[in-house]
Amino acid sequence: MRPVSYSRVADVGTAIGTVTADPESAFLAGGTTQIDLLRIYVEQPARLVDINDLPLNGIEELPDGGLRLGGLARMSDVAAHPAVRERYPVVSEALLLGASPQLRNMATVAGNLMQRVRCSYFRDTEAPCNKRAPGTGCGALDGVNRGHAVLGTSDRCIATHPSDLAVALVALDAVVRTEGPAGPRSIPIDDFFLLPDRTPEREHPLTHGELVTSIDLPALPVAARSRYVKIRDRESYEFALVAVAAAMSVVAGRIAEIRLALGGVATKPWRARAAEQVLDGAPATADSYRRAAEVELEPAVSHGMNEFKIELARRTIVRALTELAEREAAA
Amino acid sequence: MKSYQATRTAPAPDSAVVRGPGEVEVRLRVNGEVRRMFVEPRVSLLDALRDRLDLHGTKKGCNQGACGACTVWVDRRRVLACLTLAISCENREVTTIEGLSEGDTLHPMQQAFLDADAFQCGYCTPGQIMSAVALLDEGHAGDDDEIREWMSGNLCRCAAYPHIRSAIRRVRDEQEAGRAAR
Repeated sequence: MRPVSYSRVADVGTAIGTVTADPESAFLAGGTTQIDLLRIYVEQPARLVDINDLPLNGIEELPDGGLRLGGLARMSDVAAHPAVRERYPVVSEALLLGASPQLRNMATVAGNLMQRVRCSYFRDTEAPCNKRAPGTGCGALDGVNRGHAVLGTSDRCIATHPSDLAVALVALDAVVRTEGPAGPRSIPIDDFFLLPDRTPEREHPLTHGELVTSIDLPALPVAARSRYVKIRDRESYEFALVAVAAAMSVVAGRIAEIRLALGGVATKPWRARAAEQVLDGAPATADSYRRAAEVELEPAVSHGMNEFKIELARRTIVRALTELAEREAAA
Repeated sequence: MKSYQATRTAPAPDSAVVRGPGEVEVRLRVNGEVRRMFVEPRVSLLDALRDRLDLHGTKKGCNQGACGACTVWVDRRRVLACLTLAISCENREVTTIEGLSEGDTLHPMQQAFLDADAFQCGYCTPGQIMSAVALLDEGHAGDDDEIREWMSGNLCRCAAYPHIRSAIRRVRDEQEAGRAAR
């Protein structure tokens, strides 16, 4: 790890001002991605600005019936919060199926959105990587790419977005609130993550010094009937091969409301809008689920070793929706 | 055009105190005792504990947040010391495996690991025990499946997992019996 200087700040204004004024500085929150990447020279800020004392770790009710998750709220605290478990079970489940208890005690929900990809070529400073070193190429395209994305890829980058939480948030249309040198902003979660396209080094529409202060969950009754299904190589403490966040209500055998998003298969948390269109108003049957899954995965591109993810994603969609419908029928 | 004055959280000038990148004085409260040391800000809590404070119980396994051998508590919550900067723990309470026993009397979880033969090489054991005690405090030791899931952040390459679960069950059952007797 290269030497780094350190400042601890106690208010949001100083945090933003300090990082904005120093181009070589970075915010330090839970540090679970950042310290790791500093140690292997993938990220090299000269100064860390510790924001853990900022008053941004609360979970509050919003006047319109939504819920505000403070940017510094820890994954473990959000997952265990009664309002999250009752009204947004997909959020709680996604959090608890990610990382380990120790990491969830450290990592913040804003940091979870800002975490970097786990692509081995991104993490290896000797390897070509357009995300880490723009213009050097992509080692994964013809390399070991079993874990890589099949949706939203470009010829510059096929790294999978690693977050589980973000997949649940994308399904629910959460809003990311920030404070920065140009004032406060509210960014719809789907716009918060950028496709790699020709600029994979750019992952978020944030400016240097802009800080995620909260994640707002909208008032959304169907979110109470939601779940997160995660398929992986080992049963715990592992990233997703495929994940599905789904919320669904069924009236008289037909799908009245549907929210669907995919993780583990795309370069950003993937809202499955094409599948939602097929499902909206359709009979709540395995045939509908399968048809929707096929439409959603139609544009999927395999890079060799990750071919299996395409069918695995279809089957996981069918399973998630089947289990949700069964649960509702039983209720 | 929104002026900075209009927002409650206007960016303030860069007024934060800069420490480092060379060695700076850091005071940590470890196992109830204030310890003073000189470390660079980049030094992890794990390295500070082992190399500066001679607390070698906390182990360095992967040094990248994958194995759990370095599990300690900060403010009573289990965390990974390898991904924590020592300097960021000022004003927080750090507890290591050395802080569990009362003098020569082992913590019940330490004793249970001995009684249940819950280790072979022992390298992961301090992390396992720090996690196991926290697990009981968190209330995630209901059955074996729950213990397995909530201990998944601590790898044991000797695969002593069945005996580790057995040790945790013993302490859980003792605690429950103790509560019932009161």
